[in-house]
Amino acid sequence: MMIHGSAAEKRDTALTLSGVSKLYGDVAAITDVSFELKRGEFLTMLGPSGSGKTTTLRVIAGFITPTSGTVMIDGRDVVNVPPNARNIGMVFQDYALFPHMTVAANVAYPLETRRVAKAERMRRVMAMLEVVGLAHLADRFPRQLSGGQQQRVALARALVFDPDIVLLDEPMAALDKKLRSTMQLEVLRIVKKLGATVISVTHDQEEALVMSDRIGVFNQGRLVQIGTPMELYEAPRTEFVADFIGEANLLRGDAVLDGDRCVIRGGGWLAAIPASDARASKVTPGRPISVVLRPEAIRVETADTGTGHANRCIGEVLEKIYLGVEYRLLVRLEGGDVIQVRDRDTRHLAGVSAGDRVVLSWDAADLVLITS
Amino acid sequence: MRMSSLVRKVVFWVFVSGVAFFLVAPTLIAVPISFTTTAGIQFPPEGFTLKWYGAVFASRDWREAMLNSLIIAIATSALSLVLGTAAALVLSRAKFRGKTILLGLLLSPLVTPVIVLSVAMYMVFARWGLSGSFAGLIAAHTVLALPFVIVSVLASLKTLNANLELASAGLGATPWFTFRRVTLPLILPGVVSGGIFAFITSWDEVVIAIFLADVSTRTVPVMIWTQLRAMLDPATAAVGAILIAISAVGMLITYKLRPLNS
Repeated sequence: MMIHGSAAEKRDTALTLSGVSKLYGDVAAITDVSFELKRGEFLTMLGPSGSGKTTTLRVIAGFITPTSGTVMIDGRDVVNVPPNARNIGMVFQDYALFPHMTVAANVAYPLETRRVAKAERMRRVMAMLEVVGLAHLADRFPRQLSGGQQQRVALARALVFDPDIVLLDEPMAALDKKLRSTMQLEVLRIVKKLGATVISVTHDQEEALVMSDRIGVFNQGRLVQIGTPMELYEAPRTEFVADFIGEANLLRGDAVLDGDRCVIRGGGWLAAIPASDARASKVTPGRPISVVLRPEAIRVETADTGTGHANRCIGEVLEKIYLGVEYRLLVRLEGGDVIQVRDRDTRHLAGVSAGDRVVLSWDAADLVLITS
Repeated sequence: MRMSSLVRKVVFWVFVSGVAFFLVAPTLIAVPISFTTTAGIQFPPEGFTLKWYGAVFASRDWREAMLNSLIIAIATSALSLVLGTAAALVLSRAKFRGKTILLGLLLSPLVTPVIVLSVAMYMVFARWGLSGSFAGLIAAHTVLALPFVIVSVLASLKTLNANLELASAGLGATPWFTFRRVTLPLILPGVVSGGIFAFITSWDEVVIAIFLADVSTRTVPVMIWTQLRAMLDPATAAVGAILIAISAVGMLITYKLRPLNS
């Protein structure tokens, strides 16, 4: 859903994609992708490989011409503008640093193409290397740097010419896992300090949650939902989004209206929300509906305090896994559905073991309904 | 165990030196002959003198032939470098129908018998008024040299990360700026060795040159050919030794450049 803002908000728009599609023969790489990006915003395009996020990035960069749709940067349609005339900085997955140039020459390159005078060029290069903390390595060659340092050079090179938008293509993919979380915060610090407008592409949902102001989730060439990390986590609009962002129990059931309640009945469980609740408007009685229940929203009780109530059910523990900060339980409900539970109250669950019967309960407020 | 590995080593080196000797000796025989003090060609040579080298450089015919060879070889390398590098770029970057056929056509001089090419060029160039001219010889040698440049530059381009050119464009560089600052410096080893191959191809070429050259444009190999039929003196061997030396230097440079490529 696109919200068209007032004229004042329009000026803050760095990028607008409307109805962008790319076909290769009969195969659509992306279909009808539309979104807006505000100046200074950090947007992550998240999705599995082949979901269209990289194609979208390359359309924005100008490496791919879309089959249809428009791309507006700063209010100007750039679909027919070549990449070198777009003023976009890009960090490639392999960084694409020029191996025959020093760090300083790499960072100076975009200023050289823009015919910035030499003295000014050197001043800006050194200032930028200072920001990324590599001023002391200005005369090194890329092959003499570690992966993290190379990434910072690539970032400096993409930022030094004050681009309208910075694109990051899987920026953490070439780093080892430990360095990744450090560099996520480091990259974030640098781009926020410079007030850059950033679009990043990743298939790592944790990276997306850590870095982004907003996340756009891609699946099968479509942008399925875009919103803040919290919106996507708490109000996913599709099962795919619910499953991709965080962990989720996806339960299918049938909905009925029962007086002032809306009740969904599944395999061994009953979920209920007040009929007055906004979520109830999604429900069509008699039609199947999906319920998303986050593993950490479920409470486990060992004493049998009675069942048959809504938002409460009985099951048998299939597996209990100790993970330090929490227990992970797999519970099979009486109707056959299997639910995953994460519970931090490790003392309370110490006595529970596989085969035990437990009572699971949750708050009606934690239920997310998705119409398929 | 030790013994058998030693035996294997000996057999290996005897075999390798045998093959090398068989391949190289007939060529290198010109070198000792060029130092002989006798008036006729003789092997093994007698004594040692550099007078035949002096005779070569004193002869106006030989000097002219060397200058012709040099002009034609340098022009051929320059022309085939520009055309070959451009062709290699298109062949490695662009996607179009008939690309394989185009590559095959460009490389076909490698497998076409030179005598067939020579006769064809002789007939066509005569009609165009190009026979006997530098332009005709340079054009003909460029056809022969192009495949070497294309193959060599294509190999270099294969090792080049394609993202570098995209990155350059994204950073604001025009295609020409990208070629000068990114592509060319990185494929330079391939370009240089292609150029040296092109030079040697033209420098050593005799068949086409016999058909196309006249008295004013005859090259060193053509002169050798003429000399061989008229009168054979050790000066010809001296010229041969010079040809070999220049080709060997070229091969050495391309060999030195190879490790930089990968």
